[in-house]
Amino acid sequence: MRRDIFQAIADPTRRAIIILIASQAMTPNAIADNFHTTRQSVSKHLRILTECELVKQEQQGREIYYSLEIEKMKEIDKWLNQFRKIWETRFNQLDKVLLTMKKQKK
Amino acid sequence: MTNDLLFDFTVDKATKTVTITREFDAELHLVWDAFTKAELIDQWIAPKPMTSKTKYQDFKVGGKRFYAMVSPEGQERWAIQEYTSITPRTNFKMYNAFADAAENPELPGSEWDHSFSEQNGTTKVNIVIYNESLERLERILDGFTQGMKMSLSNLENLLATLSQK
Repeated sequence: MRRDIFQAIADPTRRAIIILIASQAMTPNAIADNFHTTRQSVSKHLRILTECELVKQEQQGREIYYSLEIEKMKEIDKWLNQFRKIWETRFNQLDKVLLTMKKQKK
Repeated sequence: MTNDLLFDFTVDKATKTVTITREFDAELHLVWDAFTKAELIDQWIAPKPMTSKTKYQDFKVGGKRFYAMVSPEGQERWAIQEYTSITPRTNFKMYNAFADAAENPELPGSEWDHSFSEQNGTTKVNIVIYNESLERLERILDGFTQGMKMSLSNLENLLATLSQK
């Protein structure tokens, strides 16, 4: 199942995992050590993050390491940038409205 | 004309807040009116080619503005803003929620906090928006991008983002 990227960052534990593995790849056990929650719960979050393609798995010997997909994170920034554009458009329209209001006063 | 005016837009994903600061080349009372009077809000709040129409507005604490963003095809997306705090020409807060045409809100919504200040004829507006869920933010964007299909530059950006998924 293809999940939505925003599902990935909608949960505080998943955001914490993202921050944790941003600097280095980690095993599920090492990740779980950082949380007061069960291994199963961390595994579930990792599964969702993987399905969102925000993290990738890599087999190293007997261990699986999880690391962050930086490109995918950039996608979120691009998406947020669309909001910025909406507000830019809005405010440019407001500038015109204010100009008209100023003229009407004179 | 307005290029030297401050515009700042930041998103804090951890605290689910969007902070927007913008300066306007107009006196505070004009800017305040443009943000608080429905007949003026409707003139600028909807990014073209969308339009905004207010069914009714009662600008007082506990009062509401019931309005729709209308797409070029005439599709209406209704929403309710309830005013939770008003300090004239200084600050106002409201709770914004999507709704159906019969005014039934879809919760959760978002909390909006607007602050106004003037210096030498330039008015600064600071808006802080708190969203309970980021998915809700996405719905807002979906609505706008659907409405803006006529606008090629936006469509191009959207397609670029989607094609990378």
